[in-house]
Amino acid sequence: MKSLLDQEFSDSNIVITKTEDLLNWARLSSVWQLGFGLACCAIEMMATSASHYDFDRFGVIPRATPRQADAIIISGTVTLKMATRIKRLYEQMPDPKYIISMGSCSNSGGPYWEHGYHVLKGIDRVIPVDVYVPGCPPRPEALLEGLLKLQEKIRNESLVKKTA
Amino acid sequence: MKTREEIFNVLKQEFPEDVFEILNQPMEPIIMVDPKAIHKVSFYLRDTEGLKFDSLMVLSGVDDANGEKTTDADGSQTINGGTLSVYYHLESLELGHKVTLKVSTPRDNPEVESVESVWRCADWHEREAYDMFGIKFLHHPDLRRILMPYDWDAGYPLRKDYKNPEFYQGMKIPY
Amino acid sequence: MALKTEEMVLNMGPQHPSTHGVLRLEVELDGELVVNVKPHIGYLHRCFEKHAEAMNYNQVVPYTDRLDYLASMYNSFGYAVAVERLLGIQVPERVDYIRVIMGELQRIASHLVAVGTYGVDIGAFTPFLYGFRDREKILTLFEMTCGARLLYNYNWVGGLSHDLHPDFVPMTREFLKYFKGSLVEFNNLLSFNKIFIERTANVGVLPLDTAVNYGITGPNLRASGMKWDLRKNDPYSVYDRFDFEIPVGRGEKGTTGDCWDRYYVRIREMEESVKIIEQALDQLPDGDIQSAIPKRIKPPVGSVYARVENPKGELGYFIVSDGSANPFRLKVRGPSFVNLAVLGELCKGHLVADIIAILGSIDIVLGEVDR
Repeated sequence: MKSLLDQEFSDSNIVITKTEDLLNWARLSSVWQLGFGLACCAIEMMATSASHYDFDRFGVIPRATPRQADAIIISGTVTLKMATRIKRLYEQMPDPKYIISMGSCSNSGGPYWEHGYHVLKGIDRVIPVDVYVPGCPPRPEALLEGLLKLQEKIRNESLVKKTA
Repeated sequence: MKTREEIFNVLKQEFPEDVFEILNQPMEPIIMVDPKAIHKVSFYLRDTEGLKFDSLMVLSGVDDANGEKTTDADGSQTINGGTLSVYYHLESLELGHKVTLKVSTPRDNPEVESVESVWRCADWHEREAYDMFGIKFLHHPDLRRILMPYDWDAGYPLRKDYKNPEFYQGMKIPY
Repeated sequence: MALKTEEMVLNMGPQHPSTHGVLRLEVELDGELVVNVKPHIGYLHRCFEKHAEAMNYNQVVPYTDRLDYLASMYNSFGYAVAVERLLGIQVPERVDYIRVIMGELQRIASHLVAVGTYGVDIGAFTPFLYGFRDREKILTLFEMTCGARLLYNYNWVGGLSHDLHPDFVPMTREFLKYFKGSLVEFNNLLSFNKIFIERTANVGVLPLDTAVNYGITGPNLRASGMKWDLRKNDPYSVYDRFDFEIPVGRGEKGTTGDCWDRYYVRIREMEESVKIIEQALDQLPDGDIQSAIPKRIKPPVGSVYARVENPKGELGYFIVSDGSANPFRLKVRGPSFVNLAVLGELCKGHLVADIIAILGSIDIVLGEVDR
């Protein structure tokens, strides 16, 4: 199935498509993320937003407040003290919202899994995650692939069936 | 610039009951001091001409684990008796010499005088020693936990016989 | 009749665009003036010291990388110096020179992030992009050597993990030639910009005796007027063979020890690092970098405190050993932990927007504060 801009228009400037496809295309082209860097992975996220591996060409802009954001990229180790605050931020975001878990610390505790008495072993113990990006820290290219997988997931969403 | 032995001799003359002995270790000699008198000794070290220790580099708590170890029913250890120690590394930026002090307190009721009024740097270091080991610093202006959550009631994490709780506010802690 | 006023408590929470990580500031305000600031930390406490007691001396090295994640070459450098002093071994000269080259390149990278994000805090977005562009070139050099961009596991106890790539020396010289022009560009963009000077001069003045009493080290202490650098005052490795200067704050645009001084000392330190790297590349000897790595590390009973000059200040490792293969106690004196304590003193009497300017000029990394 061709995406919206790949189809050829016989009659100038009239496009016929499904509402679902139109809404999904609009949502995936402008995923605004909440600027939320916790630890070392945050530096790689900042490097992805800088000019070498530009994040802005995919439509991803950092927003300061959760009320205006579509996605959170949890980058870095989640501690017990911080987990309650992340839950509160997640509840403040409006629907539809997406979570990308970046790095092994937020996937499953990372290198601190064994003796970390203050580390939460994976953010999915508190909030539901859509895409996991592995690495310690993941390269900027890996984060871009995570974003593309998220876009793939949004493209296949349906208005009728409920998501999480 | 003075060597550590000279500094020890000066201190021993000034405070004969409070300064105990100098431990000669391979890497650096350490001066043992009474925990309730560390305050007076620190003021003297900071203000006297010829010593002038104006900078506290680091203050760290150590669990000596030299009490008697008993094994509980689930295989974990508990330590009774023994001591907890605090090490002070001081430096003089003017004169260029360094010294190390050590105090030891009993594990069941660890209490040390605070040196926060001598060097303001010790404020957060002492809060961290309290948080991790449970050492109480007398006359500290604001002694409360600094790294762990304020309502953490499962003990002092860096002690050798610390046991991890299972849940904290509904979140499962072990892997 | 006077108007009745009350003080308000405002929470600049752990999630904030400008607090350089997860730091919570409890600010008491009287209108727009700050009465008191209390930092609350511990949101990134990752139990490093407990892990160090459970691992071998070799296995601790990757964990030291993650302390100050912007300067990880220097963290493992400091740890290697401390354990080598405990064991009493001497590394080959080539290892020392390579450690110095990597450390100074890392210092440039760390300062680029510091001044870039400081610009973003003040409101200027462009220096951030320029800084990261130059930083990508340094990260390419690191990737060529050991395969990682941010956290390297490179300085092992007694040696290094990989030797230099044959192209490393010519590419580094090319980078240094390019970087000198890039610093001039940076200065024109941000340092002598009128708006930046208005925001940062005479703001957050730190007097010298307060700084020494609070234990401040690094560029913050040098900006208050004291010429104290561990590379010259307490030399470790081969730093005593190089000829470089220590930049000190002189109060050019305001008072000595204000935010502009702390920022400008970092720019001048980058220039000095370029000089050190050039001299080190000229003097680089040959040799085997893994010849001094011990087969099994079992140090004698005792304790040692060793310190190095991190880009953020004095990084110290206090190791107590009981003769076994694991450290009995490993305490890290992180410079940002000590530097952050002075924030309450500095912010009194300033406006709310100045808190961000002062916090950015102290340059903290939460990985080191919370460990």
